[in-house]
Amino acid sequence: MHPTLTPFLAQSDQWIRFDVGAFAEQFWNNTVDGLTQGGIYALIALGYTLVYGVLKLINFAHSEVFVVGTFATWLVFYGLGFRSGGSIELGIGEIVLYLGIALIAAAATSAGTAVALERVAYRPLRKRNAPKLAFLITAIGASFAIQYILRLDIFFGLNQRPAIRLLNPEVLFEIFGAPVTNIQVIIVLASILLWFVADYFVNRTRLGRGIRAVAQDPDTATLMGVNKERVIVITFLVGGLLAGAAALFYMMKIPQGAIFNGGFLLGIKAFAAAVLGGIGNLRGALLGGLVLGLIENYGQSLFGGEWKDVVAFVVLVLVLMLRPTGLLGEALGKARA
Amino acid sequence: MTTSTVEPQVSPRPGIRERWNNLSRPAQWAILVPLVAVIYLLPWLNPPLLATTGTDFANAMFEVARYALVAVGLNVVVGQAGLLDLGYVGFFAVGAYVSALFTSPDSMLSKIPYLWTLPLAMVITMIFGVILGTPTLRLRGDYLAIVTLGFGEIIRLIADNVGPLRGQSGFFAVGKSSDGSSILPNASAWYVLTVTIIVIILLFVGNLERSRVGRAWVAIREDEDAAEIMGVPTYRFKIWAFVIGAAIGGLSGALFAGKQGFVNTQSFDIVTSMLFLAAVVLGGAGNKVGVLLGAVVVAYLPLRFVELQKYNYVIFGIALIVLMIFRPQGILGARQRLLARGREAYQRLLGKGEQISGDSALTPEPNAGGKS
Repeated sequence: MHPTLTPFLAQSDQWIRFDVGAFAEQFWNNTVDGLTQGGIYALIALGYTLVYGVLKLINFAHSEVFVVGTFATWLVFYGLGFRSGGSIELGIGEIVLYLGIALIAAAATSAGTAVALERVAYRPLRKRNAPKLAFLITAIGASFAIQYILRLDIFFGLNQRPAIRLLNPEVLFEIFGAPVTNIQVIIVLASILLWFVADYFVNRTRLGRGIRAVAQDPDTATLMGVNKERVIVITFLVGGLLAGAAALFYMMKIPQGAIFNGGFLLGIKAFAAAVLGGIGNLRGALLGGLVLGLIENYGQSLFGGEWKDVVAFVVLVLVLMLRPTGLLGEALGKARA
Repeated sequence: MTTSTVEPQVSPRPGIRERWNNLSRPAQWAILVPLVAVIYLLPWLNPPLLATTGTDFANAMFEVARYALVAVGLNVVVGQAGLLDLGYVGFFAVGAYVSALFTSPDSMLSKIPYLWTLPLAMVITMIFGVILGTPTLRLRGDYLAIVTLGFGEIIRLIADNVGPLRGQSGFFAVGKSSDGSSILPNASAWYVLTVTIIVIILLFVGNLERSRVGRAWVAIREDEDAAEIMGVPTYRFKIWAFVIGAAIGGLSGALFAGKQGFVNTQSFDIVTSMLFLAAVVLGGAGNKVGVLLGAVVVAYLPLRFVELQKYNYVIFGIALIVLMIFRPQGILGARQRLLARGREAYQRLLGKGEQISGDSALTPEPNAGGKS
C-alpha cells in the first residue's frame, strides 16, 4: 500500500466497522424496525411505480408530495391544539378520530399537490411531445420550487418542527427478544392494508383497468375509449393519497418531524425501493420497500449508523446496474388484464 | 438530420448568431479580444449598476467565474453528450478535497504547493470519472440521472463519515503557504486566474467539439442507437465525456477550495448539484456561450438582488419549469455540429452561416406520436 494512503487505513476502525456481533445481537430489533421503515418506503414507492407504469416517467417531485403531507399532518395536530413534547393522554376513540382526521388531511393535501404538479409541470410538456429529459428537468424544478416554498417563513422556515405524538410508543409484545411497539404494528399493518387497497383498485376496478390499459398502450387505450388524461390524473391522485398516508406514518414514527428538505432522502430511498422490486410493478413496490428497509437496518448495525444512507444508495446503484428490472421485474403494463 | 430537410427561414434581419458566424475569423477576434479584456477588468471597473450589495464585487465575480467553469464542464456531459448527470457536485467535491488533503495542515498527507494540486485534482477526478462512469454509463436517460444522483450523494456521505476527511469540521488553511498567507493576494486575482483557466478550457473544449470526439458526442446525444449502428463506439465516447467533464469539475473544485481556504461537506450538497444543472439548462445545454450566460444568471443574480434571496430557489425552480415548457433549448439553443466543416458546408450550400437546429435532446420530438 502506498504510504500516503496508510493514515486513512490505520485509523479506519474509528469510522467504519464490520461488526457481525452487533448484527447478530440486533437482528430481530432491526428486522422489526426495518419492516416499519420499509412499510413507509413501500407506500411512497407505490407513487413512483404507478406514475412510471403509466407515463414511463420518474416523478422526481414525488418526494415533495410526501413532504407536503408531513407538513399537513403537523399542522392538523397543531390546529387540534396538541403541542410537541408534552405527554398527551387520550382515549382510544379520540386517538383513532384524530389520526383519522390527520390521515384525511395529509392524504388530501398530498394528492392535491400531486395533481397540481401534473397539471402545471407535466401536462404542458406532454402536449408538446417533449423528450424525457425535459420532464425530468421540470420535475427537478418543481421539486426545488415546492421545497423552498415550504422553507419560507409563512411555513416552518429553516427549522425542523418536532413531531407531535398523539400515540406514545408502548411495547405490545416481543419477537425473539425484540420489543414491538404499537406504532410499529400500526404502520406495518396499515401499509400492507393500503397496499392491498391499491392493488385491488388497480387490478379489480374499472378505473384500475383504465390505468393498466394506458400503461400497456396509450394509443390503443385511447381508441378503446379510455380517457387518457383522466387516467393520468387518477394515477397521480392515487400516488399522492398513498404518499400522504406515508407522511402520517412517518410523523408517527420519526420524532424529528417535518422539515422542508426532508423528502429528498426518503424520496430517493423510496425510488430505490421501487426499482429494487421492479419499477412499474405494484407487488414489487411493497416487496422492494420492505426489503430495502431491512437491508438498510441490517447494514446500519453491520457498518455503523452513519453508513445507513450509503447502504441504501449502494443498493440503488447495484440494482440499477445488475438487475434494472428489479426483483419481480414485471411491469404494470405487462400484467395480465 | 432534420437540418437538411428544414427550409431555411428567410428573415429580413439576420439573427445575432448568423451575423456572428458570417464574420471572418479576424473580425470575430477583433470583437472577442476587447470583450475578454473587459471581462478581465470587471473587478477593478466595478460598474455601479452591476455592483453587488452585501458581497464584495470581486468575490461575487469569482463566484460567477467558478459557476461558469463548472457549467462549461457540465456542459460537456449534459449538453454535448446528452448524459444527464445529477451528481456532478461529486466531482467538484473530489477536486476540492484533493486540494485540501494536499495543502491543509489538518490533513495527514504530505504537502505539496497549492498550484500543483490543480492538475493533480484534474487527474484524480478523471480517475473517479472512470470509476463512476464505467458501471453507470451502461444506463440511459432517467436511470442514468438517478444513479449519478446516488453517486453524488455517496461521495458526500463518504466525506461526511470517513474520519480523515473530517466531515463537517473540515479542513482549514487550504492552499495557504506556511506563514498563513494565501498564494494569491485577493479575490480579484483569484477571479483573473479562474477566467484565464476558463478561456483555456473553452479553447480546449471548443477544439474537442469540432473533432471526431465532439461529433461522436453530438451523434450520441441525438440518437444513441443510430450512432451505435453507424459505428460510433458510444460507450467509450460517453466515458470520455464523463471523464473530461469530471476533470473540469475537479479543477473548479480545487480553485474553490483554494479561494475559500476552507473545505467541509456543506458545500457539496444536492442543492448545489441542481444549481449547476440549472446553470447549464437555463443557459442552453450544448452551447458554450449559453452555459456561461446561465452561470451568470444562477450565480450573479442572487448576489445582486439580495432582497430576493429568500425566493431564489423558488424562482429557479419555477424558471426551470417555465423554460422547459416554452423554450426547452434554454436561453441560447444547442449548436448543431454534425457536419464536419459546418461553417463552410453551410456557406456553400445556403450562402449563409450555420442554422440553429431544434433537434437536441431537450427540444420537442417531431414525431413522438403520444408515446411519451
